[in-house]
Amino acid sequence: MADVATAFGLVFQPYVLSVIFLSAIFGLIVGAIPGLTATMATALLVPVTFFMPPVPAIASIVTATAMAIFSGDIPGALMRIPGTPASAAYTDESYAMTRKGQAETVLGADLVFSVIGGLFGTVVLVVSAPSLAEIALKFSSFEYFWLVLLGLSSAVFITTADPLKGVVSLLMGLLISAIGLDNPAAYPRFTFGSIELLGSIGLIPMMIGMFAVSEILRYAIEHQAEAQVFQKQIGNVFHGMWGLIKTHPLQTLRGSVLGTAIGALPGAGADIAAWMSYAMSKKFSKTPEKFGTGHIEGIIEAGAANNSALAGAWIPALVFGIPGDSITAIVIGVLYIKGMNPGPTIFIDNPANIYAVFIVFFLANLLMIPFGWAAIKAAKRILDIPRNILMPVILLFCIVGAFAINNTLFAVTIILAFGLAGYFMEENGYPVAPAILGVILGAMLEENFISSMIKSDGRLIGFFERPIAAGLGILTLVVWFWPLFARLLAMRGGGRPGSQA
Amino acid sequence: MKISDAAAGLLLLVLAAAIGYYISGFPAMSGQNYGAALFPGIISAGLAGCGALLLARGARSKAPAFEFADWTRSGALAGNFALVCGALVFYIVAADTLGFLITGTLLLIALFLKLGVRQLPAVIVAVASSVCIHLLFYKLLRVPLPWGLLEFMAKW
Repeated sequence: MADVATAFGLVFQPYVLSVIFLSAIFGLIVGAIPGLTATMATALLVPVTFFMPPVPAIASIVTATAMAIFSGDIPGALMRIPGTPASAAYTDESYAMTRKGQAETVLGADLVFSVIGGLFGTVVLVVSAPSLAEIALKFSSFEYFWLVLLGLSSAVFITTADPLKGVVSLLMGLLISAIGLDNPAAYPRFTFGSIELLGSIGLIPMMIGMFAVSEILRYAIEHQAEAQVFQKQIGNVFHGMWGLIKTHPLQTLRGSVLGTAIGALPGAGADIAAWMSYAMSKKFSKTPEKFGTGHIEGIIEAGAANNSALAGAWIPALVFGIPGDSITAIVIGVLYIKGMNPGPTIFIDNPANIYAVFIVFFLANLLMIPFGWAAIKAAKRILDIPRNILMPVILLFCIVGAFAINNTLFAVTIILAFGLAGYFMEENGYPVAPAILGVILGAMLEENFISSMIKSDGRLIGFFERPIAAGLGILTLVVWFWPLFARLLAMRGGGRPGSQA
Repeated sequence: MKISDAAAGLLLLVLAAAIGYYISGFPAMSGQNYGAALFPGIISAGLAGCGALLLARGARSKAPAFEFADWTRSGALAGNFALVCGALVFYIVAADTLGFLITGTLLLIALFLKLGVRQLPAVIVAVASSVCIHLLFYKLLRVPLPWGLLEFMAKW
């Protein structure tokens, strides 16, 4: 309990609260501007948080991302352009409601159910993470090896449209992680005599390249058609919300549960959570024919899902150091920089800091109500910010931000290289998430693989001798061979293979 | 630029072979069977496997090996793309000599003008944003941004 009191003390002080306040505004603006994503908000925040103590640093990321995922819904409803990819699933539906004169209702529902979803995900995080950590304390290199491999496999096989391209992307990520001295033998690999490469590729500059510079490149080649902003004055968005909460409890719960689960799954984040929830809502709806005509049901479910996914992604990130989405992929880097190394021991070494993170999660989601309301009121002004001024300034910010991590110009080379890489991967249908996971988890995978090999004397059966390791191992194999297995089953049954959600 | 599955597969096979050749020179860890080459070896085997599968999958389709997207045929858009990359290269080359303030301002002015911002606002916003970013990172966060030609200002 003393730790919880300390945690409150860590959060409720003027410095941290003003960081949260500013991050909230930052997140709302970034989320509302099409082309700027919540992940990009995180990548841009890192250089600034670099110089803060751990709690405000994490608080700023938690707050900004929660706000950004909500405010991405605003241009979806008003301009039919999603502010972040997480809102794309129900953009058409929202805009259809706005066209029917229900802009207040859809924006209000976006806000209220974002808050509910976010709070639900937070509760799951707070309850499950410490107990999972208890179990994880007993893990040896075998369990960790399988856990990392399971995470990587699910990122490739469950959440990508083209698993083969997903594997390629993952292997490239693992290859990049092998660069430098950081391997069990401490032998310089793939450095080609470069001193900069000895320390391996910096994670933060890489993320800035992949998630910010690549977006700027994408903006640069867009045909700049000015989208029409919905002009009518927005009235009271909270009108009728209580009624919606009472009439849609099942949708809210289903969206929140699915969202949290997808968030916790490595490689899939808020955007996939929203797509899957929207599809699920339609499938189980009593009136599926109304979907697409401006119907609130799917918006409620998917709107709750994408915000709950944010918190869900923190579960594997904090407990195992395995990121649940691209935002927590960056967060893990920040945690290491701040000396809060993720893993089960974080709950023993740093309990006050972790409780402080939990408190910030609740606070950020509750603050979303007044801040989100203000953002809806100010929507027209935010959407009027000229992007041809914004994008170059962001580029300069990226440069300085990357430079600030290690004070070397090499970081600028990295953001250029990975900006181009991110752009070309996207264009050719190679998913970016597995590559990021590969880079982050490569060292952990190799280290646990090599020490397991040494312990078991090279016998692969040794990887299955401990019960939890065996369970995780079998699960991993199931994920690998499931598509094959499903096809065989379907052939024997004479039916067609089940369609993917 | 779109690259066909077959071409990508071929490139991956070449990459895998190159990695295989490169790691064959790694020394063994003394007293251990599993050294620095094992993990990259597995990755390279995986890349070779994926390369072969992509090649097999792509061999049936008639897509050209490389295909340029529509925007590359629009001079303005291709120019935008090149300028964003060029801006980064310019910063890498010029930052230490010219200093952050000059490099940043020039970079912004070039991008603004290319993206259709009018001249006067372009210059004003470029100078203002460079100064703001400089203040934030140099003064507040103590990042040693280079002064370059403006070295004399460092003492102010």
